[in-house]
Amino acid sequence: MTWPAIRTILDGAVVTAMLAAVSILLSLPLGLLLALLRWRRVPVLAGALAAFVSLVRATPFITLVLFVFFILPSAGIQLDPVPAAILALTINTAAFSSEIWRAALQTFSRDQREAAAAFGLSERQIFTRIVFPQIWRANLGPLVSEVTILLKCTPAVAVIGVVEITRAAGRVGAETYEPLPPFLVATLIYTALIATLVRGQRVVERRIARRYGVTR
Amino acid sequence: MSGLLAVWQSRDVFLWGAANTLLLVLGCLLLSIPLGILLAILLTESPGPLRRSLAELVDLLRCVPFLLLAYLVYYGLPELGLRLDPWWAGLASLTLYTTAYLAEIFRAAFLAVARDSIEAAHAFGLSRGLLYRRIILPQVAITAAPLIGNQVITTIRDSALLMIITVQELTFAANFVSANTFTPFAPFAAAVGLYLLMSFVIEAGVRRMERVRKVRFG
Repeated sequence: MTWPAIRTILDGAVVTAMLAAVSILLSLPLGLLLALLRWRRVPVLAGALAAFVSLVRATPFITLVLFVFFILPSAGIQLDPVPAAILALTINTAAFSSEIWRAALQTFSRDQREAAAAFGLSERQIFTRIVFPQIWRANLGPLVSEVTILLKCTPAVAVIGVVEITRAAGRVGAETYEPLPPFLVATLIYTALIATLVRGQRVVERRIARRYGVTR
Repeated sequence: MSGLLAVWQSRDVFLWGAANTLLLVLGCLLLSIPLGILLAILLTESPGPLRRSLAELVDLLRCVPFLLLAYLVYYGLPELGLRLDPWWAGLASLTLYTTAYLAEIFRAAFLAVARDSIEAAHAFGLSRGLLYRRIILPQVAITAAPLIGNQVITTIRDSALLMIITVQELTFAANFVSANTFTPFAPFAAAVGLYLLMSFVIEAGVRRMERVRKVRFG
């Protein structure tokens, strides 16, 4: 493989990293919001969200991507491939991460919440000061797994024309008539990205353990 | 309305696609469950160097996006002199990928089997084969059922990516119908409905296993 070919794939890697970063920043808070709404048992809305989450969890990501990309224009919303990809990734990861947040909220210690209420903290203060700081630390592992799953989902957005790692590799392969080397390079890049994330998780977990003791 | 009509008129395409998805997933499970159990036994019982390299291999496979693995198998096997059509290449990559995840699930379930039941089996003089068949695997099947159910749903989701290497499964069918009839909503909604149906069936199966577990182990 030539240097320009590798450059093409690395440019794709920048797009993949950007897609992943934006979707994470949007979907983790959105997942938490979905979990809070379901946890509060807001009538009708909670049921609708439960149905939405199981729908997204059953749908293959590539089907979701095609759905978002082809349906929205017929509803009068024109979306370019990149925003459509971000929207699909965000819907997918918000649905999956909301299950993690929901499990965390359900198992959160009742004693602590009651103690906080007895001290006169408001609902909002209980959440921001007591509940949230503990659940994100305790669920860092599952959340990072969700992020690695998101990274592993990103090749599917190549199908709607986003030039990320996989599509860039496909282009190089089509130009050189040798598809295997560029896909090997692409696989190496994904593996490196995902391994870095997992390693980062270990570092943060160790820091948390040192600072707060073992969370559990 | 024209969309619904288009779906109904091309129902053969959808049924063919759904049958293909089911066939791929069933074929994959028939191969990867025994392979996963075998790999998990090797991961717990084999000597140090072999165990470590197998563990590395499993971890590596779990870091690769499925689509890339499918591309590597599809374009890589011909280089090794093995020419597979897209369907078989798809089945091979799906099996390889699922085996890695199932091996991890089975390994965790092996570790969770109560030590005392294994020691009791040893005390009764059970052979290694009998120990696995009668004591360990039945417990593993029951404790790992929910995770295996999740993995099957993941495998169904992954199988949709095979449309990119032109395997004519359910998402391929939806995309084909929507491109031919210019009505995107109904074909994709039909595909999503069929996927939802598949995952309901699997979840019902898992709940049944849970009931078996409650009856047997309280």
